Amino acid sequence: EERAVRLDKHTKKKTKKPKKQPKPPHENGNDSMIEKTEPEHVDAPAEFSFPPTFSVSEIKNKQRRHLMFMKLKQEKRKQKVAIKKKKKKERDALGDKAPPKEVPKTIENQRVYDETTVNPEDEEVAFDEGTDEFSAYFNRLTNPKVLITTSDRPRGRTVRFCNQLATVIPDAHVYYRRGLALKKVIPQCIARGFTYLMVINEDRKVPNGMVLCHLPDGPTAHFKVSSVRLRKEMKRRGKDPTEHSPEVILNNFTTRLGHSMGRLFAALFPHDPQFVGRQVATFHNQRDFIFFRFHRYIFKNEKRVGIQELGPRFTLKLRSLQKGTFDSKFGEYEWVLKRHENDVCRRRFNL
Amino acid sequence: MQHDDVIWDVIGNRAFCSFKVKTKVQNFCRNEYNITGLCNRSSCPLANSQYATIREEKGQCFLYMKVIERAAFPARMWEKVKLSKNYEKALEQIDQNLIYWPRFIRHKCKQRFTKITQYLIRIRKLTLKRQRKLVPLSRKVEAREKRKEEKALIAAQLDNAIEKELLERLKQGTYGDIYNFPIHAFDKALEHQDEESETDSEEEEEEDDEDVGKKEFVAEDEIEESDLNHSHFDRVEEDESEEEMEEEPEASGSKGKMPLKGAVFRKKRAYVEIEYEQEMEPVPKSKAT
Repeated sequence: EERAVRLDKHTKKKTKKPKKQPKPPHENGNDSMIEKTEPEHVDAPAEFSFPPTFSVSEIKNKQRRHLMFMKLKQEKRKQKVAIKKKKKKERDALGDKAPPKEVPKTIENQRVYDETTVNPEDEEVAFDEGTDEFSAYFNRLTNPKVLITTSDRPRGRTVRFCNQLATVIPDAHVYYRRGLALKKVIPQCIARGFTYLMVINEDRKVPNGMVLCHLPDGPTAHFKVSSVRLRKEMKRRGKDPTEHSPEVILNNFTTRLGHSMGRLFAALFPHDPQFVGRQVATFHNQRDFIFFRFHRYIFKNEKRVGIQELGPRFTLKLRSLQKGTFDSKFGEYEWVLKRHENDVCRRRFNL
Repeated sequence: MQHDDVIWDVIGNRAFCSFKVKTKVQNFCRNEYNITGLCNRSSCPLANSQYATIREEKGQCFLYMKVIERAAFPARMWEKVKLSKNYEKALEQIDQNLIYWPRFIRHKCKQRFTKITQYLIRIRKLTLKRQRKLVPLSRKVEAREKRKEEKALIAAQLDNAIEKELLERLKQGTYGDIYNFPIHAFDKALEHQDEESETDSEEEEEEDDEDVGKKEFVAEDEIEESDLNHSHFDRVEEDESEEEMEEEPEASGSKGKMPLKGAVFRKKRAYVEIEYEQEMEPVPKSKAT
């Protein structure tokens, strides 16, 4: 009898109403079921009001379950739209007196406060930065000179990447590695006046690591490189970068570690950018990933600027920061990425 | 009694020897005490009562000699002599110990010893050179990081960030007078100003000269305050004009020196501005935010 009732309601093959059926059978008797279904019959069949005890996963039949699930989703979507509309109406009605829009929570908003965040007026930080290894650069005593090399036997992609990096960074020289030991390379570099040594590590024909070593006795940073896009893979890219020194943009380097990273990157480029060249190199830190982009910009008017991406792009993730020059055995590590450190809280970042 | 020939006949020629490895061209012997590594009548350690080898353990070379009297106790059958680390001395030691032994065994022992020392030297040399360290990648971790990177990229909104930063720098005047925008801003503001407040600008005119040394365009809010305090700059009194001025970004240092009324003043302003801009020092470009 119940079945007859239910079948009458449905014109389609789908048996939608039996949603009540799976739950109650073992709870209530047949009589109550009949009572429940009948009042439903009175209502419009298109309107579902899912009872709170109902769960889609209890239906054993896959087809029916799927259909019920779709219905559920549609319901939810409709409700969501309805709520939004209502809110908008209220907001419009209130006009100026409307409460301010709620800002959605993002990971950046919810970021756990890092105690090493640099306060712009912090004297201690300023003092440190005045006397650290980059002070020579920031006091304009030295000009950057970068040596770019790879690990042994680089493949084509890595070589091309190195060459493109050399065009991006002014005064950069690419040298073939030839199996030399870094520890022996470093004194030679110092002797020839290089300020930076950059080693691109390669794995499976693709660059995947970078060691950036500030030379006289500066910190060594080891990065994981990912998402390398060479120039010809860029869409709508322009002509090749010119020889002008680019400007540098460093975004979101907030903590002490981030600050030293920022200085590390800044010291790669010469002090005085040539604004004529209209080129800008950006190091943007987001959630501990440093995105590098190289653009050419043009100011269309005082409110709009157009940028065109030239040059390679890649992302870096800091793995370790070592105090002296490269020494993997006896070096003193300022900071090392520990794998499970940031698994605990996904809103905690180091840079 | 050890019958070498019988043994050899059995294992070497006819039946099975578990140490023998047969290839198309050659037969090898996998016995660890074998001196040459080949399966021969003279090199077989099982089929020769008088036998000696050189073996190396952790960089130390030993001369092993077979004592056939103890053939019943295989564990004690081999006698070990430690050889000196000096190459010539070790060779002499071999000679002393294998005196009266067949030439073949003596010769082969010395050959084997030479080979061993050579490869030991190479090992020592290689350890001094660069050692490649293999770091294992965990697939899960890599996939997780990749996903995080994608999300971070989306959250970063790089293009917007870069554009914003560039516009900020333009406003702050790091570019000096390369770009002509200030004049446009001036013109616009002028028009607005002309329509609205002329008297106010008259008052401000006198104080403009004082502003020559100042450039305070860090943030719009600050400008407003400074404006109110010093009461220069057009965008002061009237809210309307303020708003309008705020809308119009100010390109270089001397922005906000609103020309008063008429083109004449505007031109004068322009002259003053140019001088003003030249006096400015370039703002350092690198900033770590």
